[in-house]
Amino acid sequence: MTAALDQALEVARSPLALLAVTLGGYQLGRWLQVRSGGHALVQPVLVTIVVVGLAITALDVDYADYRSATELIAFWLGPATVALAIPLHRQAARLKGFVVPMLVAIVVGAVVSIVSAVLLARALGAGDDLERTLATKAATTPVAIAVTDALGGIPPLAAVFAIIIGIFSAIVGPATLNLLRIRDRRARGLAVGAVSHGIGASRMLREDETEGAFAGLAMGLSALAISLLVPVLALWLF
Amino acid sequence: MIAGLTWLVAFQLLGEFIARMADLPVPGPVVGMLLLFCFLRLRRYDDAGSIVRAGTALLRHLQLFFVPAGVGVVLYLGLIGREVLPIGVAMLGSWLLGLAAVGWTAVALERLLGRPRDDLGAA
Repeated sequence: MTAALDQALEVARSPLALLAVTLGGYQLGRWLQVRSGGHALVQPVLVTIVVVGLAITALDVDYADYRSATELIAFWLGPATVALAIPLHRQAARLKGFVVPMLVAIVVGAVVSIVSAVLLARALGAGDDLERTLATKAATTPVAIAVTDALGGIPPLAAVFAIIIGIFSAIVGPATLNLLRIRDRRARGLAVGAVSHGIGASRMLREDETEGAFAGLAMGLSALAISLLVPVLALWLF
Repeated sequence: MIAGLTWLVAFQLLGEFIARMADLPVPGPVVGMLLLFCFLRLRRYDDAGSIVRAGTALLRHLQLFFVPAGVGVVLYLGLIGREVLPIGVAMLGSWLLGLAAVGWTAVALERLLGRPRDDLGAA
């Protein structure tokens, strides 16, 4: 009896099962999204992380083992990021007259995002390593990890922060833009992409192609701006 | 589908290569995205092509590809729980300030340089 249970547990902890839980969780997330009529709170990425988090905690699987089992999924983030050029290509006509506002806005946004994260954390008594980790959270995960590492923060935690803010932005981004009265679709996409990278971009892509295209572009430009500005701003912030 | 994926992987590889050679602080896929954009513009690539079909299919599931990294949150639930106030306020506050800064700066400059768009009014 216990031997059979052990074998069942071994299969449940295998890479194949972890992959199945991830894909199954994602399908559940998509199904819930449709069932809820596309409710903003039901982001498939959030549902999947909750399902997988509960599953690997219950099965007592190490995160490192989970990570290597799902390398197959994580791999496609690279090609998908490259593919963000496609909506932009289809929307290229809308770049006309927007290049200067766009570049200035990205730089202003990166400075505001980095400085405000550090100063707010400091005001509330966060430790130095936490401040350094929060500085990069608006960047896309690989940039957040690399820049945090160079700055002396906690790189894996930077990836987590980037993803949390991405999910948050996917949930409340469009509604917040309405409150801020930002009505140009290019500016809307730009703002969400600049503060919440690929996850925000994926929400905007579903809302509207122009918003998605500019969110993807903002993600790339912000990654560049943040990686260049963090070392400079760090000189007077720390 | 495979032809399109091959192109996307090739552009990522080229991006990784250039980022490494030029010692750029941005990741390879972001460089690959900018290169692919130039390629699509120069070739006047249309929607029936394999790159567009494969890329659009991947983008539909962009959120899925963040899951493996996102599950890493389980490692830090303790730390996040202990420091929930500074983390929460810093994340929320800088998110909102950043969003407003980018959106308002872009719209204000559009107004300064010409006519701003009001896409939602037309919808």
